[in-house]
Amino acid sequence: MKLGFLVDLNLCMGCKGCEIACKVENEVPLSSWRLRVKYIDIGSFPNTSRSFTPLRCNHCENAPCERICPVSALHYLENGIVNIDSSRCIGCAGCMMACPYGAIYMDPETNTADKCTYCAHRIESGMMPACVVACPVEANIFGDVEDEHSYISRYIMEHQGNIQVRKPEKHTNPKHYYVGGGTQTLNPLAHQRLEGYGLFNNVTHLAHNGDPHHGVIDRFLAPFIGHETADNKAFMDFDAGQTKSKEGGH
Amino acid sequence: MVENTIQATQAVVTLDVALPGIIWGWMITLNMWAKSIGTGVILVGAYLLYRYKKEETPNLRWMMPLLSFVALNVFLLFTLVDLHQPYRMINIFLYPHWTSAITVGAWMASLFTLLVTILMVIGAADAFPRLGGKKCKVTAMARNNSGFYEKIFPFVVFLAIPVTMYTAIIMAESSARELWQAPTEMMQMFLAALMAGSAALILSSGSWNKEARRDLSLILMFAVSASFFMYMGEYFFSFKSSEAEATLAYIHAGGEYSAEFWFGMILGFIIPFFLAASTVKNDNKTVLRFAAILTLAGLYLAKDVWLKIPQMLPLS
Ligand code: SF4
Ligand code: SF4
Repeated sequence: MKLGFLVDLNLCMGCKGCEIACKVENEVPLSSWRLRVKYIDIGSFPNTSRSFTPLRCNHCENAPCERICPVSALHYLENGIVNIDSSRCIGCAGCMMACPYGAIYMDPETNTADKCTYCAHRIESGMMPACVVACPVEANIFGDVEDEHSYISRYIMEHQGNIQVRKPEKHTNPKHYYVGGGTQTLNPLAHQRLEGYGLFNNVTHLAHNGDPHHGVIDRFLAPFIGHETADNKAFMDFDAGQTKSKEGGH
Repeated sequence: MVENTIQATQAVVTLDVALPGIIWGWMITLNMWAKSIGTGVILVGAYLLYRYKKEETPNLRWMMPLLSFVALNVFLLFTLVDLHQPYRMINIFLYPHWTSAITVGAWMASLFTLLVTILMVIGAADAFPRLGGKKCKVTAMARNNSGFYEKIFPFVVFLAIPVTMYTAIIMAESSARELWQAPTEMMQMFLAALMAGSAALILSSGSWNKEARRDLSLILMFAVSASFFMYMGEYFFSFKSSEAEATLAYIHAGGEYSAEFWFGMILGFIIPFFLAASTVKNDNKTVLRFAAILTLAGLYLAKDVWLKIPQMLPLS
């Protein structure tokens, strides 16, 4: 059994329902995403079109994140899912450097790496991933790509010649396919991020990886006395009582 | 106007989440820089130890492992501090995953540090007969086993090579960063070790004979020039891979990384080469020391830029 995903970009209407469902199901903290829908505008006025591309972990058959993880926190499950054991993760961020798709984030609450697991916990109890259930147009298709009778396998067969994966040149063998995608949507070097052309926001970068209070001293003291009293600022600030929590789940 | 600036074939991202910034920052730069000193002094020091008599390089036997020990501890400290879960470092030893260069490197570097510590204790106990007083068991044991130094030394030198190189494999395993390719990074790590090792030894070579110092300046000259040309090769001729080219645009196009890169190249590679060359004949210790300090500073800057620019590229 090899579980895989397929997104039909011709059907996706960019409602972000899957993104929200994933956030809720997996309690993904603020400033982190396991699944996101990216809007890309193509062409010149008046011949423009907007495409929506849901992006998540590809559960690569030859996963660089698994290879680099020094403690096997990232590991393969028998059904092909690349799973993560947060309790073992040392937070070296090697996987974030290795994943060619930027699918891994440092959880700001646990200070460990995390990512889409294809909702492995739901699969275990016979349910579909939360994003699949939420999609109103059934653009997310999930199933066993080794079973030729599965819906996903038949969908792939029906759309032969129009199936893409992200960055095939990386030899990661993604188990996540797209129908109706193209270079402009799937290759990050083929589109630009221009300041001022965003719909609701500017081009932004995360201010921190993992816990925003995660200073040098905090790393060593926090497990014993908590972040409230142990961040770098509080260490030097003799008058103040406690540091206020900021965005990032505190 | 967008219709004029965007070519028809190109696309613009109009809605997306915030992108991650630099994931491995200055701590990893410092980590690589300190490790270059830690292994470099052993590699270069080994050459001097075999080439010259004890009287010609009087303090080398203990100074070399001492410098290495200090640098390796800086390296280990920042490796630990950079982890988001530093206490779980122990998991690398409890649950090692051998396909990971991080695991292999952590094991080798730990063993290397242990052996360098033994060399340092024996070297210092031999060089300073009153060290530790009469009651200290450690120094007494070290003096009784003085020959152990020479026995393990070849193994330490041998181990210094993979300890120098494994970071290059970590970078190569970072499949997302096309700029870092195993062959070039391995060579660059080795040259960085020669640069940092010779520079650190130059700073403590005041009492050595001038041939030893001349050898150090020659090693420094070789390492900085070879490394400089490798950087230039990548800077100008990496156009075969679109990702590498897009990464190098962060220095090609000017801005802070361009300034840091060229400042590092001039400060740490070009100037030290000519300064060291000027001391080959006349043995000017002050100029050579100055070259060594510039090399160490420039190496840090070059490593820093090379570490950070691939992380600026959006991956998805
Ligand atoms: S997409 Fe990234 S995180 Fe997912 S399996 Fe592949 S390398 Fe790992
Ligand atoms: S951050 Fe955690 S999951 Fe990622 S490589 Fe390091 S130990 Fe493995």
